[in-house]
Amino acid sequence: MAELGVRLAGITLRGPFLLASGIWGESGESLAGAWRAGAGGVITKSIGAAPRLGYPNPTIEVYDQWGMLNAMGLPNPGIDEYPKEIEIARRAGATVIGSVFAGDETEFARLSERIEASGVQAIELNLSCPHAEGFGTEVGSEPADVERIVRAVVQRVHLPVIAKITPNTPDPAALAVAAERGGAAAISAINTLRALAVDVTLRRPVLAHGLGGLSGPAIKPIGLACVWQIYEKVRIPVIGVGGIRTGTDALEYVMAGARALEVGTAITFDGIGIFARLNQELSERLDALGYARLEDAVGAAHSPPS
Amino acid sequence: MRTVVSVSDTVVETPSTITLRFPYAPSAEPGQFVMVWFPGDDELPMSLSYTDGVSKGVTVKAMGDTSRRVLALAPGATLGVRGPYGNHFDLTPRRVLVVGGGSGTAVLAPAAEGAIAQGAQVTVALGATRASELLFKDRLIQARARVKVATDDGSEGMEGYVTGLAASLLDQEPFDAVWTCGPEVMMRKVCAAASEHEVPVFCSVERHMKCALGMCDACALGPYHVCIDGPVFPAERLINSEDFARFHRDPSGRRVPFGGPAPA
Repeated sequence: MAELGVRLAGITLRGPFLLASGIWGESGESLAGAWRAGAGGVITKSIGAAPRLGYPNPTIEVYDQWGMLNAMGLPNPGIDEYPKEIEIARRAGATVIGSVFAGDETEFARLSERIEASGVQAIELNLSCPHAEGFGTEVGSEPADVERIVRAVVQRVHLPVIAKITPNTPDPAALAVAAERGGAAAISAINTLRALAVDVTLRRPVLAHGLGGLSGPAIKPIGLACVWQIYEKVRIPVIGVGGIRTGTDALEYVMAGARALEVGTAITFDGIGIFARLNQELSERLDALGYARLEDAVGAAHSPPS
Repeated sequence: MRTVVSVSDTVVETPSTITLRFPYAPSAEPGQFVMVWFPGDDELPMSLSYTDGVSKGVTVKAMGDTSRRVLALAPGATLGVRGPYGNHFDLTPRRVLVVGGGSGTAVLAPAAEGAIAQGAQVTVALGATRASELLFKDRLIQARARVKVATDDGSEGMEGYVTGLAASLLDQEPFDAVWTCGPEVMMRKVCAAASEHEVPVFCSVERHMKCALGMCDACALGPYHVCIDGPVFPAERLINSEDFARFHRDPSGRRVPFGGPAPA
């Protein structure tokens, strides 16, 4: 069996498949459940300064196996409450990565300090939620902003900082380069793509918020392209995310340059048991191709055999 | 994934409760729920109170802003429906005690009917604050359930909580299963009474929901997600939970006590 454990940004992951932020992430017991199901690490819901209810329903539209549209609106219990949940996940032995969102670099830095103190092993900055006014993509679409935010956080925390970047710009790789300049230890790519669903009978958007973010198999080729371009432009490791549902999907990301992977929407389709299946499938795929370790396959598609 | 339907019929069941009937073809089992979108308003999880055939129904109690507006809906109103979701009651036990508190009876009525149709003997302990709030009493009698009533104010049946009525029924005769839905404090007491007689209890539990697909974590209850692991839980999954009858999560994901201050 090929070795799936990876070193990433100074932390050791027992496996490459991380629970993506926003899925099973409000309660510590759910994070622990994803860990027990075989996730190599769990990324929390994006946490902000204060409790936030999120948007009213409908917050979600699911397409037949190929995608999902959501506009949850960054609901979260706030940084004062949330460390309790992290503690529950940590007690279960989980490798926990804390995700934070904020409107400017000062708040990002303050929240990152707080979440660092809660005992997480790394921090992921949500610079990419596509549907929350004043947050996410709105503060993470310009390289200069990304660099400034990442630098402000890196100066205040000791943990590795991961920048989760948006695909909703002409040049996502430029955002990754900026994050690396700011001191990021890794890049997560991609977040969801801005998208819309309309109910023609009702003549209105389906989601209460109108615009949402598209995830799932439909966005895998876009995520792969982003990871591919980022891998060529940065030295720090890349975490691939977007539409991973099979071991082959995962290996595509790995060969495009990803060192770890995030899984989210597939849990909706396949259940939390998907982590065990992905570990199995990826391991078998690597074995069949003669790789002893996942790490040996990272970026393989950039230098194909002649 | 939603089907837009038109309300075919409305029935005011009690002063605070309305049933909406609508054509919705997907087959459903008693205990399952649908997500009902009131366009321009919220989308809420609602247990089906009518599961047979195409004409489905939900029975809604005015609790929050949206459900209060639902009470004013008339035939012809438009809804978006998705589902059914979740698990359901196992209708095979032969002697069933159904314990319904207030609008909780909505999900129990089709289960009682289904079990009776399969030959079960069903006793219903039906509780409400007052006689006018008793839900589906006539429907259950018509289904040939044996219906016993308790009201908090004594305006019909036994005076007091339905938990006391349920406990005395459990003392008097044997049952193979108890099905209950209502306030969680009530269900906890039902679980305790039935455990003395080693009768298995199944509780239909409600939590705030967003996706209903086991993704968003809004309905987390201990290690479970009510939308995919429930809404029907055997008592043993609940009675040791720190959350059951004590905490739920508000839309932000904060764990808040039942009866505590409303979210901001």
